[in-house]
Amino acid sequence: MATSATQNPRHSPLAPVQAAGETYDEMYEATDIYRSVRGHYKTLGNWLRAQSAQVMEGKREEADLLFRRVGITFAVSGDDSGTERLIPFDVIPRIIPAAEWRQLEAGLRQRVTALNRFIHDIYHDKEIIRAGIVPAEQIYCNEQYRPEMDGIEVPGGVYAHIAGIDVVRAGAGDFFVLEDNLRVPSGVSYMLENRKMMMRLFPDLFALHRIAPVAHYPDRLLENLRAVAPHAMHEPTVVLLTPGMYNSAYFEHTFLAEQMGIELVEGQDLFVEDETVFMRTTRGPRRVDVIYRRLDDDFLDPLAFRADSTLGVPGLLSAYRAGRVTLANAIGTGVADDKSIYPYVPDMVRFYLGEEAILKNVPTWMCRQPQDLQYVLDHLPDLVVKETHGAGGYGMLIGPRSTRAQVAAFRDRLMGNPAGYIAQPTLALSACPTYVESGIAPRHIDLRPFVLSGRDVGMVPGGLTRVALREGSLVVNSSQGGGTKDTWILEDS
Amino acid sequence: MLSRTADHLFWMARYIERAENTARMLDANLQAVMLPQSTESIAGSWRALLGISELEPQYLASNAEFTPAAILEFMVWDEGNSSSIVSCLRAARENARAVRGTLTAEVWETLNATWLELRSRPGTSLRDRRPAELFEWVRFRSHQSRGVMFGTMLKDEAFHFARIGTFIERADNTARILDVKFFEHATANAAGVQGLDETHDDRLQREFYHWAAVLRSLSAFEIYRKVYKDIVTPARVAELLMLRADMPRSLLASMNEVALNLEAVRKDSAMETERRAGLLRTELHYGRIDDILVQGLHAYLSGFLARVNDLAERISRDYLVPLTPHAV
Repeated sequence: MATSATQNPRHSPLAPVQAAGETYDEMYEATDIYRSVRGHYKTLGNWLRAQSAQVMEGKREEADLLFRRVGITFAVSGDDSGTERLIPFDVIPRIIPAAEWRQLEAGLRQRVTALNRFIHDIYHDKEIIRAGIVPAEQIYCNEQYRPEMDGIEVPGGVYAHIAGIDVVRAGAGDFFVLEDNLRVPSGVSYMLENRKMMMRLFPDLFALHRIAPVAHYPDRLLENLRAVAPHAMHEPTVVLLTPGMYNSAYFEHTFLAEQMGIELVEGQDLFVEDETVFMRTTRGPRRVDVIYRRLDDDFLDPLAFRADSTLGVPGLLSAYRAGRVTLANAIGTGVADDKSIYPYVPDMVRFYLGEEAILKNVPTWMCRQPQDLQYVLDHLPDLVVKETHGAGGYGMLIGPRSTRAQVAAFRDRLMGNPAGYIAQPTLALSACPTYVESGIAPRHIDLRPFVLSGRDVGMVPGGLTRVALREGSLVVNSSQGGGTKDTWILEDS
Repeated sequence: MLSRTADHLFWMARYIERAENTARMLDANLQAVMLPQSTESIAGSWRALLGISELEPQYLASNAEFTPAAILEFMVWDEGNSSSIVSCLRAARENARAVRGTLTAEVWETLNATWLELRSRPGTSLRDRRPAELFEWVRFRSHQSRGVMFGTMLKDEAFHFARIGTFIERADNTARILDVKFFEHATANAAGVQGLDETHDDRLQREFYHWAAVLRSLSAFEIYRKVYKDIVTPARVAELLMLRADMPRSLLASMNEVALNLEAVRKDSAMETERRAGLLRTELHYGRIDDILVQGLHAYLSGFLARVNDLAERISRDYLVPLTPHAV
């Protein structure tokens, strides 16, 4: 196994980070003879042991009932029946000690700063291309590159105002960034609702622990959105633009707008005149300064992008380019969170900040490079292969969990369009104790912290922990049967 | 507030009110047909129900004749009929869902629960209950929806537009019910005069039950007794349901609420709408039933319906679905 891990990850072959099977357990520390509870889980472990099975069962039912009554549901994409489903919620929290979180936080701040610098650069001076670090064709041939943004100034140079960085723990417990989500990352409402639910179900646990609060997220978000209003306005009007009630994240849109006290608008509520955006209100047209949009670039403006979009606002791009309105996130951020750009992020950190990346990337083979492709084809049953533009856990191959036929079918797709894929070693994601039908058992988890950029870069402690509920499954996406947990950053006592 | 949000609230309230009034009309008919009368007049009164909502052509598209069971099915459960109770409650819930963030949790949960109960629980479902029970359920869900709005919502624009929706719809529905019932009454009288076998007593009895049913359908029977302390006459029924400000379902009471809530959302560009609402309200306020009956009730009510309709359109244009400068 220990072949050449020191080699540049873009020039394979690589050793897997860790053989699948040796899973890092968040709660238990395995020693040669027995396993012991890790320090930051001790109080919870003792508390759990003292609870009767019936009480816990009752609490879980209560959580289910409350979520359903409030209607915290998501629509399943690709399901036309408009079915509303609950995302399963697990009552055992995922705990991260403050010292680990500080490291993570510093890494996230560094990474998002570099990503924002990168997006600014490629729409302006393109230094990173001229320096030969990122190949020009990787930018210009990327569907997510928006030539409309070239030379456009955005307030504060911020592009990704809200970034959801997916982090996993693998191997001996190191954190790796799996994916940067810089377009319209979602899930933060679950982070907030999960905390509220835990406080309601188990107030005694909060007395036993010093848990960093997260409820101020909407405040921070609003403050950030106001900070990036065009030309230092005094009382900027901020709105949240949703595709509408049939969108899978509509609950979150409603929730955030309500929490921030801003209007939840659809495209039809806005219009552009004299390169200024207005919303239609009962008191007449009202100017809009900042749009927190939860709508993809393609649908924003039928005059500029997809002409068949009925969700957007005709003329929005012209108002945006004129600097009369701020969009958060900016148009064209997708070029930086594409899986084919991901391998370059540590280089970006070095290039723009002159620092080494605090957070590691997962080693990645880029199938557009012949030697990488050859390696991937030779090791397909051991690798995870993803579409460069894919998301949501769709269109990927998890080699070790696939049948021979599935691997063979995927091989054909891969060879048909190598540039459309990247491959990574199959990570043994860390596991956290979780309620399942047979009782409490370890299940694989990830973490999505939400990093906010405005006047500065910051985040509320923690994020959304997603858990793959099926035994052995490594896919945590809610569309694929994943659930969520509350995430505790345990402050030092 | 956003025009679209106000529009959803306006229609949410209208659909709740419409479901309630449909239930009331159907219930009144069920009561009335239990009395001894000719089969023609029974068929006539069921058919008149469709006339109230201008639904005869649509009904005939899928039904060959006017039977009570088919008409009930059409007015309660037919999802193709946008005025059926099931369609109204669905539309109310969908409008509420679109503006959940503006509603209090209780308002949303009330409308959602109403819809879920109407649709769910096969076996114990509302469909298997006696129609009268179903109508009572609809009435009470409507009371509850209105009450929870009144009791939990901030009295801001959102509330005012919902109230305007409720009372525009109520003014319209009460006027339609009156119009049809007076028409039926006139037809029956004409038939009675020609018929040889109707005695004076028969006639009084028939009239009493006819008007009692109308009053009951509008929760006005006891109120009538309290106000007039006398026998039921058509002129007084009309007065009570049109001109009394203290009768909650009357035209005047409804218009008072419309005017009051319009005033609360007043803006310069909508003064003409406010003026028209005020004029209509004032005419009812100072109107006399004798003058109206001389003019002809049907003519008066037709005029009233047209003016309420005009008002609804103006409110829509001024506040709810404004045209944009360039998107005309």
